Amino acid sequence: MPKAKKKDQLISGEIEKSKAEDLLYKMVLTRTFEENAEEMFALGKVHGTGHLSIGQEAIAAGAGPALNRDDYLLNTHRGHGHFIVWGGDLNRMMAEFLGKETGYCRGRGGSMHIADVESNNLGAQGIVAGNLPISVGVGLSIKLRKTDQVLLALFGDGAANEGAFHESLNMAGIWNLPVIYLCENNQYAMSLAFSREFRIEQISDRARAYGIKGLTIDGMDVIAVHKAVREAAERARKGNGPTLIEAITYRYKGHSKSDRQLYRTREEVKQWMKKDPIKRFAKLLDVDDKTMKEMEKKAKEKIQEAVAFAEESPEPEISSIMEGIYA
Amino acid sequence: MREISYMEALREALQQAMEKDERVFLIGEDIGVYGGAFGVSAGLLEEFGPNRIIDTPISEAGIAGACVGAAVTGMRPVGEIMFSDFVVLAMSQIVMQGAKMRFMFGGKAQLPFVIRLPGGSGTGAAAQHSESLENWFVHVPGLKVVMPSSPYDAKGLLLAAIEENNPVMFFEHKLLYKTKGYVPEEMYTIPIGKSKVVREGKDLSVIATSVMVPRSIEAAKILSEEGIELEIIDPRTLKPLDEEPIIESVIKTGKALVVHEAVKTGGFGGEISAVIMESSAFAYLDAPVRRLAGLDMPIPYNRTLEYHAVPQVENIVEEARKLVKGVY
Repeated sequence: MPKAKKKDQLISGEIEKSKAEDLLYKMVLTRTFEENAEEMFALGKVHGTGHLSIGQEAIAAGAGPALNRDDYLLNTHRGHGHFIVWGGDLNRMMAEFLGKETGYCRGRGGSMHIADVESNNLGAQGIVAGNLPISVGVGLSIKLRKTDQVLLALFGDGAANEGAFHESLNMAGIWNLPVIYLCENNQYAMSLAFSREFRIEQISDRARAYGIKGLTIDGMDVIAVHKAVREAAERARKGNGPTLIEAITYRYKGHSKSDRQLYRTREEVKQWMKKDPIKRFAKLLDVDDKTMKEMEKKAKEKIQEAVAFAEESPEPEISSIMEGIYA
Repeated sequence: MREISYMEALREALQQAMEKDERVFLIGEDIGVYGGAFGVSAGLLEEFGPNRIIDTPISEAGIAGACVGAAVTGMRPVGEIMFSDFVVLAMSQIVMQGAKMRFMFGGKAQLPFVIRLPGGSGTGAAAQHSESLENWFVHVPGLKVVMPSSPYDAKGLLLAAIEENNPVMFFEHKLLYKTKGYVPEEMYTIPIGKSKVVREGKDLSVIATSVMVPRSIEAAKILSEEGIELEIIDPRTLKPLDEEPIIESVIKTGKALVVHEAVKTGGFGGEISAVIMESSAFAYLDAPVRRLAGLDMPIPYNRTLEYHAVPQVENIVEEARKLVKGVY
């Protein structure tokens, strides 16, 4: 992250104003990217699937900037926003979405597997909780190499009920690994509501079972997320081990493109939309409607450029079909 | 010439690899003070300390995931699954993550890790501690599968596996741990994907894996007295398979018998058989390719039943004799 200028005012004591305005733009960019993705699905322009994080943008905006450039990211299937904030290139992301050779994974992975090992983005994840055991290895690797890196490991409420969650958080706990477990609790594991998934009220309560710090925060608030992740990163770098952060959030859209959303009411979605993270952050930053409109316009242009890049990009050569399986 | 056991050969490979490359570390259940359930890592904790000989909770998915995560960030982990059967608890990490990651990421990730898997029957450990599951992994693109049958191969292949930049499933056999043989003291590697003609013969090509290699050698000695000479080929690496020496041997002998411990249906024998059928050796076959493999059943506890569940020397003798004498 670029060093903040001294004259920068700190928003809520957490984020420099100039950085915060850029984050607001990244949130708008993420939403525009995904609205565009949704439209492309509807028009039948995308062969596969993807998962939209619309409504959850505050978590990505707050978490990424609380970390250093050389830290690691283990993303989820609903992770476009996290990678955009991490520094992902929109053209290559869109190209991957369309399965093109110029995409991050040469069109072999799609939205669900976007990764950029070069920038320490160790990939989005097609398997719920599939990245959690991997987090143990990344944490161990940091520890053995004696760097002061940390890992941000993302997952959803659904993942917290996989056995992998238990094995991983326990191992990270006993070995004091520098991992930030950030649970994006968006209230639904596909169609299963939180109250039907859990008997406990807070997923962060489970931190106690692993002897690690746990906290539940407002995941619609960029500042709250930034503060929690920043503090967790500081703890990890000091050698005080992992933290389990549960960020309460909501996805406005269905689980994936085939979701008819029979499990929730329109009224419920409307209620959550009143807490919209983008509007809320804009208000906090005192960004007026005119500036927002400009931001949205700029985002649309960027996304259109990305779509054009992706559409003009070549398909993978059939002759290259077997490439990339073995080193 | 120095003779050491298969287990000592494995330990020496681990020790030398760790000494040479500080990115190499071991992770598994009871591999530290205990020395591993079969003693393979005994003494390594004293030499390398708990940061590189990592005892884990009983969390197989965690062990495999730790290998994947450490490998993709530049380390070279060697995981141990106490009994190869327990790998079922780590399948998602190995098959869904480790094996596919490089491909899914467009060829831009490297996953240099080894999973060591002690397998096989013959110890009275019954159905959940005696399986031979190697062929499951042969079916997974992105993995390499290695199965040494001698102390010499065990050391050279393990060192090669650790140097390999892809995930390697390394199947050891519990009954082989105490077998002794010539093993050089210095570091050496045996290339992955290279088979070995263990014994030359003119009458029948026997393609055998793991503990079935020494059993086939025993069978060959018996048959040699009858004037039947077996040619024995040990693929050593099941994936990628070195097909050429198998094909050449079958062209020479005109007959092939595949011997493995894993259950017959869906086993590696089917693959070997198909390789022969699809090759130029087909025209040279004087008899059907035969498979001698484990019965299609879980491994029984009872000593006699366990013995009869998988091929033994006398079964190989009998089957080889029938093939050579034109019974089939």
